[in-house]
Amino acid sequence: MTLIAPSIKCASVWGAQPGYSQMAYNITVNGTARAVDVDEDTPLLWVIRDELGLTGTKFGCGAAMCGACTVHMDGQPLRSCSLPISAVSGEITTIEAVDGPEAKAVQQAWVARDVPQCGYCQSGQVMSAVALLREIPKPTDKDIDLAMNGNICRCATYVRIRAAIHDAAKLLEA
Amino acid sequence: MGIEDIRLSRRSAIGGAGALVIGLALPAAGRAQGAAKAARPIDPNAYVRIGSDDVVTVFVKHIEFGQGPYTGLATLVAEELDADWARVRAEAAGSNPAIYGNVSLGGIQGTGGSTAIASSYELMRRAGATARAMLVQAAAAEWNVPPAQISVEKGVIRHKASGRSGRFGEFAAAAAKLPAPQDVKLKDPKDFQLIGKTGVRKVDSADKTNGKAKFALDIQTPGMLTVVVARPPRFGAKIGSFDAADALKVRGVKAVKALPSGVAVYATGMWPALKGRSALKIQWDENGAEARGSEEMIAQFRAMAQKPGAVAAKTGDVDAALAAGGELVEAEYVFPFLAHAPMEPLDGYIEWDGKSALARFGSQIQTLDHAALAKALGVPMPQVKIETMLAGGSFGRRATAVAHFATELAEAAKAIGPGTPVKLVWTREDDIHGGYYRPLFVHRMRGAVKDGQVAAWANDIVGQSFAKGTPFEAMMVKDGVDFGMIEGAHQIPYDIPAFRCTVQDDPTPVTTLWWRSVGHTHTGYAVECFVDQLLEKAGKDPVAGRLAMMAKAPRAAGVLRAVAELARWNGPTAANGRARGVAVVESFNSYVAQIAEVSLDENGEPKVHKIWCAVDCGVAVNPDVVRAQAEGGIGYGLGHALYAEVPLVKGAAAVSNFNDYRSLRIMEMPEIEVVIVPSAEPPTGIGEPGVPPVAPAVANALARLGRQRPARLPMVRPA
Repeated sequence: MTLIAPSIKCASVWGAQPGYSQMAYNITVNGTARAVDVDEDTPLLWVIRDELGLTGTKFGCGAAMCGACTVHMDGQPLRSCSLPISAVSGEITTIEAVDGPEAKAVQQAWVARDVPQCGYCQSGQVMSAVALLREIPKPTDKDIDLAMNGNICRCATYVRIRAAIHDAAKLLEA
Repeated sequence: MGIEDIRLSRRSAIGGAGALVIGLALPAAGRAQGAAKAARPIDPNAYVRIGSDDVVTVFVKHIEFGQGPYTGLATLVAEELDADWARVRAEAAGSNPAIYGNVSLGGIQGTGGSTAIASSYELMRRAGATARAMLVQAAAAEWNVPPAQISVEKGVIRHKASGRSGRFGEFAAAAAKLPAPQDVKLKDPKDFQLIGKTGVRKVDSADKTNGKAKFALDIQTPGMLTVVVARPPRFGAKIGSFDAADALKVRGVKAVKALPSGVAVYATGMWPALKGRSALKIQWDENGAEARGSEEMIAQFRAMAQKPGAVAAKTGDVDAALAAGGELVEAEYVFPFLAHAPMEPLDGYIEWDGKSALARFGSQIQTLDHAALAKALGVPMPQVKIETMLAGGSFGRRATAVAHFATELAEAAKAIGPGTPVKLVWTREDDIHGGYYRPLFVHRMRGAVKDGQVAAWANDIVGQSFAKGTPFEAMMVKDGVDFGMIEGAHQIPYDIPAFRCTVQDDPTPVTTLWWRSVGHTHTGYAVECFVDQLLEKAGKDPVAGRLAMMAKAPRAAGVLRAVAELARWNGPTAANGRARGVAVVESFNSYVAQIAEVSLDENGEPKVHKIWCAVDCGVAVNPDVVRAQAEGGIGYGLGHALYAEVPLVKGAAAVSNFNDYRSLRIMEMPEIEVVIVPSAEPPTGIGEPGVPPVAPAVANALARLGRQRPARLPMVRPA
């Protein structure tokens, strides 16, 4: 018999001391100011999903290694599973509200190519792709691979993701 | 809450009173199976409903986790119905094997073995044709014209002579009152408008691009608690004792309960549940736990493989042929435990009121899950309803013979007591640590080349059977040989005068499972690497040499020729420091050949530039879905062959997440070109068959770059 705690690496990143300090945090999500009363170490992902009921943003690894939880903070992509609520410093946009020419082009291209298979990672893929096109309107394959490498797709829809980003770039040009 | 209520609520929710709903009996084989089980009341369930709004909704008996049955089965119905594809929707059917049983899986309702399209091709077309006949009959009665003079096109019913026409929705209510015709004529394939055509877009892409698609993780109801479970790190261990005091101090944690599978923490959300779980102090009872690690098991399997096991197939006298002179060729291939690691880890939702239950999750074998839920809750099956959710991948993981997830879900509901809905969520670490792996395997290969011909082939396989002792044993195990361990190795497409394949299994407490393409995950590699090695020894071209031995395998030879043509094969040497390798594998009655173009990067790791792929899966119901599955299968097969292993150390997984259980990423994804070989054969599967050829094709290319074909997977191993 041995005494060991279950191995939960994702949780240990922020520690797990009971009775963490708690307070209401004011954040802006999809253009709306929200107050949430959660522990300071609560990852933004679980605030978005469990507190605000926005479930388009997914949980895949809990450790910023798969990109399924990608949202935008002030337009920049970030992994919401690894950003504690206390560190949120900008306006958050999720898949439910991502908008603008790049978002429209990406979503249109994604559907036209039937990119998704299971679809679970695709919110994160779309958020990363939109951020890429805002930065580089006409990306090369290499630009795409660099920008999208943090987003795992276990169905391996990668060839279509590449093609759809090129399609979206063409749509933006037109 | 019984099965009847499901349909009532579904009808009233969408179709209303004016809906035409079509149900059909199972084909003979499935009916016999259903009848043998008897007892269950006949449920006149439905395959298709046409609403007064013209929307055609197809109820899909298979789970959708990316392989495309929502689109494929809807296409089959829409084709015979002559529906307007833009108005066709798909949703999950209920759990009822009497109606939705899979004849390819012994009559239970479930998805596996790449059987969704094959088992639905006639059935769903008949459903569409029946609905069409009833709509035509209703229109004929309304217009007082003979039904034979009525035509249907893209959701519009027309009588040319009188100039009358109407949409489906206008006749749905009248058609619903008519008796369903017993004999309907199916279309001649030359008249197909949707089946086999390009440009039939998937039914679920938009919702999977804007965040609207709902998975089990997304279920939230009032009063619901999120549950995570601490399970023993070592396989075969159990809870000894635990102290929940600190966990219960975490804000949001509502309860901690012992389940048969581990210690469950119930909380108001995922984060407090995880914090609560971290705060548990658990003493595991490790009597009976696995003590070995992968290395010890591999050593044992290698030793066992020195002797032949149970004979799975045999032609001629292999021992004599191996001893008869010529050049002896030997190889050994070692395959690691693999996790499926679907993007959405296992999760599910359940409501339990003490008498009946509603479970909503990605159920892959509904009938076994249904039975497990009912058993754990101690109620008859009709008291349990399953709603099959979209699932974020599976690759086999959501289908277990023991229905362990459904059982844990029911136990979680039972432990907290009636009236509290719960959502049970596995984390990625739970998933990677949680077993149900592709088993570890060793293949020992011996062959002889004599006078430039492959004269002998002996393949001794050692691994773990996951079918023995489960409901699938009757289907998969014959004379002590588990078909799932040897498929692809005992019948190879090559004519070899002396051939033998044997198998031994070694049970362990490590839970193992099918994994996308099952036995072919390892047999495809062993066979296709070894034949390539033998041909190299014989001085033959990998493509021409294979073809010369494939007289009895015309369809496998067909895809091999097709891929060679697609890639303009001109031998294994390519320019720019690259080489090419080829492999061809039949799996699940489909045939796939691939050519890989590979180089070595600055770290000496394989860089796969391009895969050419030829597929023969009979009639390709939706060619673009077939291509997508080939692409995805290649990526899945390649990623694991290059990078993935769950090493066990002292009976516990030594990797945890995507940092050390490495997944293929976009940078490593090769360019892919797919050709579908035209075929009039009945459709077979494509969810799995894209996987097996890629790893041996890459290995065979490496052999032409001065490397050995990797004897142990993954090819890229941590230093």
